[in-house]
Amino acid sequence: MTTEPYTVVLFHTSNHAFHAEMVLKKADIPCKLIPVPRHLSSDCGVCARVAAAQKSTVAALLERSKVTVAGLHDL
Amino acid sequence: MSAARPIYLDNAATSWPKPEVVTAAMIRCIDEAGGNPGRAGHRMSIAAGRIVAEARQAIADIFGVSDPLRIAFGPNGTEALNLALLGLLRAGDHVITSAMEHNSVMRPLRALESRGVALSVVPCSPSGELDLEALEAAIDSRTKLVVLTHASNVTGAVLPVARVGRLCRDRELLFLVDAAATAGAIPIDMNALCIDLLAFTGHKSLLGPTGTGGLVVGERVELASFEPLKRGGTGSRSDLERQPEFLPDVFESGTVNAVGLAGLAAAVRWILDRRVETIAEHHQQLRSFLCRGLDQIEGVRYLALGKGVPSAGTVSITFENLSPSEAGYRLDTEHDVLCRVGLHCAPVAHRTIGTFPHGTVRLSPGIFTTTDQLSAALKGIDALARSAR
Repeated sequence: MTTEPYTVVLFHTSNHAFHAEMVLKKADIPCKLIPVPRHLSSDCGVCARVAAAQKSTVAALLERSKVTVAGLHDL
Repeated sequence: MSAARPIYLDNAATSWPKPEVVTAAMIRCIDEAGGNPGRAGHRMSIAAGRIVAEARQAIADIFGVSDPLRIAFGPNGTEALNLALLGLLRAGDHVITSAMEHNSVMRPLRALESRGVALSVVPCSPSGELDLEALEAAIDSRTKLVVLTHASNVTGAVLPVARVGRLCRDRELLFLVDAAATAGAIPIDMNALCIDLLAFTGHKSLLGPTGTGGLVVGERVELASFEPLKRGGTGSRSDLERQPEFLPDVFESGTVNAVGLAGLAAAVRWILDRRVETIAEHHQQLRSFLCRGLDQIEGVRYLALGKGVPSAGTVSITFENLSPSEAGYRLDTEHDVLCRVGLHCAPVAHRTIGTFPHGTVRLSPGIFTTTDQLSAALKGIDALARSAR
């Protein structure tokens, strides 16, 4: 199985992650909520996984929608 | 509604019945989204988190809030009001309110007064006209906030929030509105009304279940000096022993009522599908019908509102020779009419309208009330009035 490179979008809180998911869905940008990888953060919640190719689009859209992003990591 | 059901005229206390979608959404939440929202990465936790996010979006849509993350959920309107008042006011500050408030505003304010916060209570006429000149005259250099009920829970009179909001903006004061009696029944646009903080409850005219409510925190409110009521687990920044400072987590310690919020989200969508403006019109029609009927009954008085004072639909009545408590009991047991009697947790409002300390019989129809039900209730009221003559 081959996987496309993806970016993990971290948030300060899952509340922001769920809202980000709604914003991305509305813009037809595929995103999957996954548990926060332990090596990136100690948070108990979720982060959003998006295609790496859409990293800058996602960052701009979330900023416009006032969703604070805590970090973007290419994995 | 079947004939066996009572005539429920206590919607100002809590709305009943609820739209069927509310019950269905709550059952679905328990059955399919039983995880703890925002506390884990597994699918049931994510499902619960999505429900909370959908509720936040629904509330944002109904109040014209551009950023749903500025909505902090809590158990009811009272806690939202306590959060705003206790969280923002400090000794040496001055706060202004009206003489039509519910105790959910007056009690925290009186407690703050004993801790060194100066309080001005602006008079209001019995028919609902707020003394705007007195309000403006009460503003001084220490004034930080004006808190106003959107509508009286006793008389239904809608207070001039748009004008007070504009005044607060001009004088650089924060404006907190208690929307317990109006949210879902009267259109509220936070920006248009210049509201900085909006406290709402989910179980009245928003048609959701009890145990839901919250505070919308506008962008003019400085979070740095806004103390939360409680601190604890938020599922975020778990590495820190200090409370996170960002919205909504700063005000949402402890697991939120996801099941209740599932019901609230469904209720708000149901309302938005029918338009708040249409619902408001329905309430006006019911109130007019009720008042026309009451006009024909000898020995009963209702509190008429002033010219140009809009109504949230509630009507308070008194009987000439019958106490409110006896009238309420007999309406229930003899006529199947359920309503609330007494002071309605608003002693200052009853002082304003001259019905303290006995109070009134409050008739509050809801979205599902029919004119046939009101006719039956009026017959019961007439029978009671006749028996007391």
